[in-house]
Amino acid sequence: MSAPLLQVQSLVTEFGTRDGAVRAVNGVSFDLGEGEVLGLVGESGSGKSVTGFSILGLIDPPGRIAAGSIRFEGRELVGAPPEALRRLRGHRIAMIFQDPMMTLNPVLRVDTQMVEAILAHERIPRAQALERCAEALHRVGIASPGERLAQYPHQFSGGMRQRVAIAIALLNRPSLIIADEPTTALDVTVQGQILYEMQQLVRDAGTALIWITHDLAVVAGLAERIAVMYAGRVVEQGSVDAVLDAPLHPYTRGLLDSVPANNPPGIALRQIPGMTPALAQLPPGCAFAPRCSQAAADCSREPAVQRIGAREVRCIRPLQVTAPAAHSSGEAQP
Amino acid sequence: MSPWARFRADFAASRLALFGLIVLTLILVVALIAPWIAPQNPYDLGKLDLMDARLPPGSAAMDGGLVYRLGTDGQGRDMVSAILYGLRVSLLVGAASGLIAMVIGGGLGIVAAYLGGRFEQVLMRIVDIQLGFPAILVALILIATLGKGVDKVIIALITVQWAYYARTARSAALSERNKEYMDAARGLGLGRASIVLRHLLPNALPPLIVVGTVQIAHAIALEATLSFLGLGLPTTEPSLGLLISNGYEFMLSGKYWISVYPGIALLLTILSINLVGDQLRDVLNPRLAK
Repeated sequence: MSAPLLQVQSLVTEFGTRDGAVRAVNGVSFDLGEGEVLGLVGESGSGKSVTGFSILGLIDPPGRIAAGSIRFEGRELVGAPPEALRRLRGHRIAMIFQDPMMTLNPVLRVDTQMVEAILAHERIPRAQALERCAEALHRVGIASPGERLAQYPHQFSGGMRQRVAIAIALLNRPSLIIADEPTTALDVTVQGQILYEMQQLVRDAGTALIWITHDLAVVAGLAERIAVMYAGRVVEQGSVDAVLDAPLHPYTRGLLDSVPANNPPGIALRQIPGMTPALAQLPPGCAFAPRCSQAAADCSREPAVQRIGAREVRCIRPLQVTAPAAHSSGEAQP
Repeated sequence: MSPWARFRADFAASRLALFGLIVLTLILVVALIAPWIAPQNPYDLGKLDLMDARLPPGSAAMDGGLVYRLGTDGQGRDMVSAILYGLRVSLLVGAASGLIAMVIGGGLGIVAAYLGGRFEQVLMRIVDIQLGFPAILVALILIATLGKGVDKVIIALITVQWAYYARTARSAALSERNKEYMDAARGLGLGRASIVLRHLLPNALPPLIVVGTVQIAHAIALEATLSFLGLGLPTTEPSLGLLISNGYEFMLSGKYWISVYPGIALLLTILSINLVGDQLRDVLNPRLAK
């Protein structure tokens, strides 16, 4: 088997604070094959965005990658010279951000920003670059790209701007796109369209995609594999169908139970009790234990990653191995 | 509506600001074409006639050539011409020092915000120290050490002004730096120089422009102060401040025009710049936008 496109191993990203280093990402490992779509799911502060930024080499002081390895197309990115990282960014690895209102520079015309993204990596005539920009806009479904190119970002609607951001990400035909909640700020209808288009686009181009989100429904429709993050760790990963149908980790179970569509109407949603812990004061052992319905005394030990088939779970008492969870609904597999 | 059209419409919403802009434009035009419209070249000492000294407004020259509409000064200079040429000097000194200080201070402030770390710390402490001293004191000391001359005055004014720009630029750039489009620009793999110059600078520019207009007015006033104190510009090429100073000794003998008319010219200049600057601040400040 050839090496995967992206191989993240035991990645630790720390942020220095007054109270010492806080580990926003704590030993995250996952592989991503070419053209594969991975959903990276978690609550705010679970470290999913920081994982994305770490891959791009965009962690600023006081943050730093403290340990681990990120191999992309066979090259180690941790500790690579800034210039090498810069050449990868926007060229081999592109990023799409959350807020389409903010990701385009308000004072520059769209064509300026798009041409700039091409010319940062290639020496081609401006006219040729412009042509490619128009083509990219056309590909993401923007009508009359020629006119649109000469406009400023404020003349675009939110959905249109996100399309422009996607077009920019696709400009240099990257082999990996990291999308950080790109549809969260959009209307549901627009969100659906963009998800659908995005799926087509990466499939056509054979681009691998890491889709960072807190929305399980989005991942279910888009991704092939899913990694669920909690307090800086990947607590469970595997194929989307397997994980969402029969979660192994109590946290994933809890997340699924709190999705309204999975529950009969009129009954109060089951919530995960408690709050996400502050990263500076994580409990010893499993960070989820204080909120976990399955927790027992030995959960104060650090849980190791267990491999169950093609899946991985970081829990000493994964749901299916023990008895079915007390609160689990009928859809949990025996 | 293009951003530029909207900017113009917003600016014209205030009549006072429009008035300021018209006055300022007039002053600039008049200063620019002074050599062609001034009745006399006030710098050509050969043309001045001491016999005509301190004539009241409206008097004719002794040789019957000119009518001195605003009178003459102690050297027999036509006040109209002296004010026109004085405006040139004042505006040149103010604009040159203001712009150069904006480039230096603004550039340093933006780079400091982008780089952060020790460079930012050291630079901002220097700014604090610089702003701790009264501008006029620093300027006086510099002129006393450097000597007289237009260039020396400009250097002194840059020294006392760059810190304002640096502080403004840094704070503007800091707030822009944390916006997502900056991350996006880095995510595109753009180089540092292009991120600072093309993404950070244009977005940090509006507050700099506002500070710039106010600072140019300050620079003009400061230069006038220095000249009034007899420091700075040579007496042969009087700026407005020097004209006021020259007439000061005759004020009590009723020869008001030597000081008062240049004073009015100075007042109008600074007032119109400030009116324009105030409106720019309102128009360019997104928080005050209606």
